[in-house]
Amino acid sequence: MNEFLRRLLFLPEQASSVAPGIDHLHYFVIITTMLMSAVVGWTALGFFIRFRRRSEIETTPRIEPGWKFETLAVGLPLIFFLAWFWMGFHAYIRLATPPPNSMEVYVMAKQWMWKFSYPGGPNAISTLHVPARRPVKLLMTSRDVIHSFFVPSFRIKQDVLPGRYTQTWFEAVEPGRYQILCAEFCGTDHSNMRGEVVAMRPEDFDAWLNEQRRGLTNRQDMAASAQEPVPPLTDMVEQGRRLAVAFACVKCHTIDGSPHIGPTWLDLYHRQERLANGDTVEVDEGYITESMMDPRAKVVAGFNPVMPTFQGRLDGPDTAAIVEYIKSLRSERINPTPSGGPAYEPIRGR
Amino acid sequence: MSQSAVVSRRAGKNYLNVETSVKSWLLTRDHKRIGLMFLVLNVGALFVGGVFALLLRFEHLSPGPTIMDAITYNRLFTLHGVVMVWLFMIPAIPSAFGNFLVPLMIGAEDVAFPRLNLASVYLYVAGALIALWGMFHGGADTGWTFYTPYSSMTPTKVVPILIGVFIIGFSTIVTGINFIVTIHTLRAKGLTWMRMPLFVWAIYGTSIIQVLATPVLGLVLLLIALEHSLGLGIFDAARGGDPVLFQHLFWFYSHPAVYIMVLPAMGVVSEVIACFARKNPFGYKAIAYSSLGIAFVGFFTWGHHMFVSGQSTFDAGAFAVLSMLVGVFTAIKVFNWVATLYKGSIQFRTPFAYICGFLYFIVFGGMTGVAVATVSLDVHWHDTYFVVAHFHFIMVGATLMAFLAALHYWFPKMFGKMYNEGWGLVSAVLIILGFNATFIPQFWLGNFGMPRRYYNYPERFQWLHVASTAGSTLLFFGFMIILIYLFIALRFGRRAEWNPWGSRGFEWRTATPPPTHNFDQAPVFTHGPHEYHEPHEVDLA
Repeated sequence: MNEFLRRLLFLPEQASSVAPGIDHLHYFVIITTMLMSAVVGWTALGFFIRFRRRSEIETTPRIEPGWKFETLAVGLPLIFFLAWFWMGFHAYIRLATPPPNSMEVYVMAKQWMWKFSYPGGPNAISTLHVPARRPVKLLMTSRDVIHSFFVPSFRIKQDVLPGRYTQTWFEAVEPGRYQILCAEFCGTDHSNMRGEVVAMRPEDFDAWLNEQRRGLTNRQDMAASAQEPVPPLTDMVEQGRRLAVAFACVKCHTIDGSPHIGPTWLDLYHRQERLANGDTVEVDEGYITESMMDPRAKVVAGFNPVMPTFQGRLDGPDTAAIVEYIKSLRSERINPTPSGGPAYEPIRGR
Repeated sequence: MSQSAVVSRRAGKNYLNVETSVKSWLLTRDHKRIGLMFLVLNVGALFVGGVFALLLRFEHLSPGPTIMDAITYNRLFTLHGVVMVWLFMIPAIPSAFGNFLVPLMIGAEDVAFPRLNLASVYLYVAGALIALWGMFHGGADTGWTFYTPYSSMTPTKVVPILIGVFIIGFSTIVTGINFIVTIHTLRAKGLTWMRMPLFVWAIYGTSIIQVLATPVLGLVLLLIALEHSLGLGIFDAARGGDPVLFQHLFWFYSHPAVYIMVLPAMGVVSEVIACFARKNPFGYKAIAYSSLGIAFVGFFTWGHHMFVSGQSTFDAGAFAVLSMLVGVFTAIKVFNWVATLYKGSIQFRTPFAYICGFLYFIVFGGMTGVAVATVSLDVHWHDTYFVVAHFHFIMVGATLMAFLAALHYWFPKMFGKMYNEGWGLVSAVLIILGFNATFIPQFWLGNFGMPRRYYNYPERFQWLHVASTAGSTLLFFGFMIILIYLFIALRFGRRAEWNPWGSRGFEWRTATPPPTHNFDQAPVFTHGPHEYHEPHEVDLA
């Protein structure tokens, strides 16, 4: 039945863990709507025939609806519509919430290609290798305009925005190759901005990843006379550490938990921070990126808004590397309390 | 209404032949002449937008280049959207038929501000000319939605088109204000709110949306123009702006704009269905109030265009629930229209054929609407051909059907001539079939995963594209037939009777075509419209 309806509706294969559930709601909605439409249509058609004009001087009675009719006309659609909303919203929440044990991949979109970076290496253009039967979380940003990451076979789509991170996740159920399309119009070559998810058996994926990393390490070891002043690193955490020094992040943010001008980075990831405006926020990739690009948007309580923006100074991969570095800074004892105030009053009144 | 409203049924001089110089048309303040000018302009826009659509369809006969290159394709779909939305769909029914009919229906001599009304024509023409100029000098390739930051950095010349649309927006606002004031102040004696024809109710709801929402469009277009030309950082993240803010502002206008298009269509249907069923509209109040309901709720559903844009999960849920309410209001109307047919005396003529088409498109299109409002399903459908097919069904299909129904229903009233009924039915069938053949394959394409605005597409989608193109050709022939027989009717058609459909609509109370000031004496209304169960008072006169 599932297979028959899927083919009838021209839906692609159900290659992700969420796809069958979404398709079942799809069938339910389409079948009920088509049935309801058909009932309305046939009723109208019946009236056309039954009440066709038989003579030119025919008169008609005046009929006004009673409250029963109006209640039914409101109530019946409302019940169905709310039921669909409820089911759809539940599934949507599931789509929006990556499982906690997901493998993470950074995605950088630009006109007109997809770039994928694994924490710890390697990077890849257009082809996203993932293990099947393991949830994969994508942390996505764009270097130029809005793009949209769309894998029809997974039933997922998420806009990819410049200047902020959005996320989506999927779990491929079977090894295979699935097309990635850009769904948000992004310029002349929009329709050629395609890629591919290659889902591999988990053990094959682990072997592939190790091979890639080994290859990269070898290449770097031999690249003493590389053209670039700083050879690209395979390890995002290490690259993030260097960038944090180069961009002087660590002049204000400590990495050992001691208080300073800005909140410490130790155990920052997943900390519940209290903000100056009284809200609380859980520190995630999105919040960290936002704080780099728009530091005054959500200032942690007790700190002065003295951080400059890094908008335009850090590109996508560098931002991702710093985020990975911050995420790597974990103490043995997880201490999820908010940050304390700064150690001294920063200079004011300039 | 009373017999005093009746003028000689065939006035010697009517609004068409009272003066015939070009100047008398260009400087007219007669709402009927202004409505007619809008009708001609709108049909011209429909033709231009339709040719663009046909070219786009032919491009899709094969993946990759068929008859044009990628940048031409991108410009063409932008122009198709801009022309169809702002030059045809939004002004089509309110500015053309609304201007012609509202004063007639409420027993007024003219609209409240006749000079402002004339100005709205010139604003429309000015905006259209600037936009046209922009099309030939670079064009825009952003899509009619002008999403930032692409629209701030596109190499094409987007600014003239933005300014053109900005000016056309003022034409819409002026028309809206005019109708609101006219309906509030110029109703004839005895015409209470609950006696107003349903078309007037629909135009009233539309005008409120026009006046409240269009300024936001003006604001957002101006902001992009400033960002594009001066490099201000408003929406462009690279300059410290927020691209999603643009989407919020844009859809805050553009979602209600859908109801600017569809509410007047619903008004037309309420009028025409009552006439051809020869029966009072079932649930007059329900139809009238649901127009206002749609106008109100329509302002709080814009976020359903942004389910995958990165807005919060909670927002998505809230907008989804509110969007369902629009479905409920529409369902009320549909049930009441169908129930109007019950125990009626149904005459199947060309306008009624389009009403059947309308009911079909609003029911099936509306049902796909609640389907795309179901959040988790929309994730797959968003920005695919499913959405394209959905809004062409509900917004274009329904509005176009109502526009054609109105054109055929009021053609005798406007011109005093009759068209050929047989050809009318033939083209109605062609258009309805062609529309289905064009867009049903697109629903499947969307399910299949075909994103919209794709110049080059994976080969597995090809045969559905070919089917869709075949349908669009049929559609085009249907329109050409209408254009031909209406033109013939204008030149050689037989004179229309005073009230060829036996309608009880108030607009038929005056002569056909009406004289310049509509009524010889101020009419007095004694009961509501569409009172088919009572003897026709005018017949007694």
